[in-house]
Amino acid sequence: MSILVNEQTKVLCQGITGRTGLFHSQQCREYGTPLVGGVTPGKGGTEIDGFPVFDSVAEAIEATGANTSMVFVPPRFCAAAITEAADAGIELIIAITEGVPVLDMVRVRQHIDGLDNCRLVGPNCPGVITPGVAKIGIMPGYIHSAGSVGLVSRSGTLTYEAAWQLGNVGLGQSTCVGIGGDPVNGTNFIDVLDLFQADSQTEAILMIGEIGGNAEEQAAAHIEANVTKPVAAFIAGATAPPGKRMGHAGAIISGGSGTAADKIAALQAAGVEVAESPADMGAALKRAIEKASE
Amino acid sequence: MKIHEYQGKDLLKASGVAVPRGIVARTAEEAAAAFEELGGELAVVKSQIHAGGRGKGRFAEEPEQPGVVLVRSADEAREHASRMIGNTLVTIQTGEEGKTVKTLFVEEGLDIARELYLGIVIDRETSSPVLITSTEGGMAIEEVAAETPEKIHNEPFDVVDGLTADQARTVGESLGLDGEAMENAIELFPALCRFFVDNDCSLTEINPLVVTGAGQLLCLDAKVSFDDNAMFRHESFDGLRDLDEEDPAEVRAGEAGLSYVNLDGDIGCLVNGAGLAMSTMDLIKLHGGEPANFLDVGGGANVEAVTEAFRIILDDSNVKAILVNIFGGIMKCDTIVEALLGAYENVGITVPLVVRLEGTNVELAREMLEGSDRDIISATDLTDAAQKVVATLGA
Repeated sequence: MSILVNEQTKVLCQGITGRTGLFHSQQCREYGTPLVGGVTPGKGGTEIDGFPVFDSVAEAIEATGANTSMVFVPPRFCAAAITEAADAGIELIIAITEGVPVLDMVRVRQHIDGLDNCRLVGPNCPGVITPGVAKIGIMPGYIHSAGSVGLVSRSGTLTYEAAWQLGNVGLGQSTCVGIGGDPVNGTNFIDVLDLFQADSQTEAILMIGEIGGNAEEQAAAHIEANVTKPVAAFIAGATAPPGKRMGHAGAIISGGSGTAADKIAALQAAGVEVAESPADMGAALKRAIEKASE
Repeated sequence: MKIHEYQGKDLLKASGVAVPRGIVARTAEEAAAAFEELGGELAVVKSQIHAGGRGKGRFAEEPEQPGVVLVRSADEAREHASRMIGNTLVTIQTGEEGKTVKTLFVEEGLDIARELYLGIVIDRETSSPVLITSTEGGMAIEEVAAETPEKIHNEPFDVVDGLTADQARTVGESLGLDGEAMENAIELFPALCRFFVDNDCSLTEINPLVVTGAGQLLCLDAKVSFDDNAMFRHESFDGLRDLDEEDPAEVRAGEAGLSYVNLDGDIGCLVNGAGLAMSTMDLIKLHGGEPANFLDVGGGANVEAVTEAFRIILDDSNVKAILVNIFGGIMKCDTIVEALLGAYENVGITVPLVVRLEGTNVELAREMLEGSDRDIISATDLTDAAQKVVATLGA
């Protein structure tokens, strides 16, 4: 098996008539993702490049049986789109959009936390891919191959780099999850670590964090207590100056907390094999697997 | 986006929060007049820059002059102001280069009984806003957190309902307030929390929040910053931005849709994606080099944006070599190479250039590089790229 995305996945794209939404819907379809349609309010009943378009998520679910949504809606409308999908009964919402106001995400989280059976991944993330089954998001499909490594990351292109390095050392992936670079998001490291720990296909986990917040420190404590599979990690931003936002809204060292050094120390203390260099992510995971089998 | 203290206090006052009376002054004469107008025996003249630590800060041109000063007459206000305006204030937060003071804020002196700390931020752990208070007003909250964490009270509040009166009372009790001061706190704390939410703040920090002898609570300082992503809801805030407080290269990059942070090193970096851009800096350092910048061209950048990125990097006179590190996803490698080759013509690349490409359209991009007669150093992976770019500076 895999996590989050599997053979039962049926995907809608919210914001499918926008340039980016359409391009990536086409890319996902090309990869083999069952992308069954899209939603753009006011454009229901039309078709775009063979995708049926609906006015609302509820209508789209009724017509297509979709259970997953990929969100490309512009930042100012993104929270409303996520809430609509959640209320309509979508089980997995993957929000790619970058630039959603933080307080909007606070409200969305509060809403979704009150629902059963609804998970949000993102926003500001590359999406989720189960290689060979479905890709939902903006990652290049060809760098991924099916295998036994679970990959979870706050970053986009750095995740591609990691998947590529894994391929170079002969390791495929069960599922790759981009949880996004925003300070408030739907799914965190711990959620994904638990899913990987419980997944029979996943034999080892590669976790990619970055400066800002303390999600990595919490993940480290969780790994020590709950994860028995080998884990390797890399933390980006060891050279980032304090007080400066490094691209991602969440990547900032504030008041001396959220440094790479603290995160690396916490992970090492939890027995995680930490890659010193970003060039060493694939090799670090290989070392973690070898150590575990000794 | 950060704003100045006087702007933050204006906004606070407009939403019914008590702040001391104050007047903006842009000349020494205006500072003297402000003292007269306030009419008290005592006033405080405060430099308006975005960085903190102003009271302990000193001016580069006037080493004895503090950035915040107590005055007892209009003449004193004038004298101090003349040593402050136009000069460079260096504080613990400005770096050695300091910040030029263009504006002063002259405020009434107060009968201060106690100084407290109050701050509101988004807590990532609970995904909710949190009101942070401490009895140690005037101290940096990070220091208090490190030395006496028991003196800090955290009160998360609901983004829809705001801080309730009961919560405000709990916070007041943790600060040891009673009587008139407690009554005022029950009004003030919820108002500040509402201010934070209504204005999409990323920080509202009142340090110190003072209790006067009469039990009044007043915001003696105000550090307010906003969530850039929410500024579409607050168009009136555009006028509050002070571009002089920002790094010109960072402003320029922002206009081109690039994310750029200037650093002290000599190896310029051009990367797609924030995580990979940070990692590229780390990688350079690991191989003995020093990155000159963080630069994320983003996923949707076109040739013009990438060309502007080269311009911004090359405008930094410290840059002695450039490392281009692209993992094409949405960004196509050939777009980067097209801009890169164009930059030799339009911008004039005069320093060694190391290029590492992987991902979408990489074959096409490599052919374009090989077909050019430019002296570009190709790298196969991250380590190779870092070693090669550091080697160009060697010897």
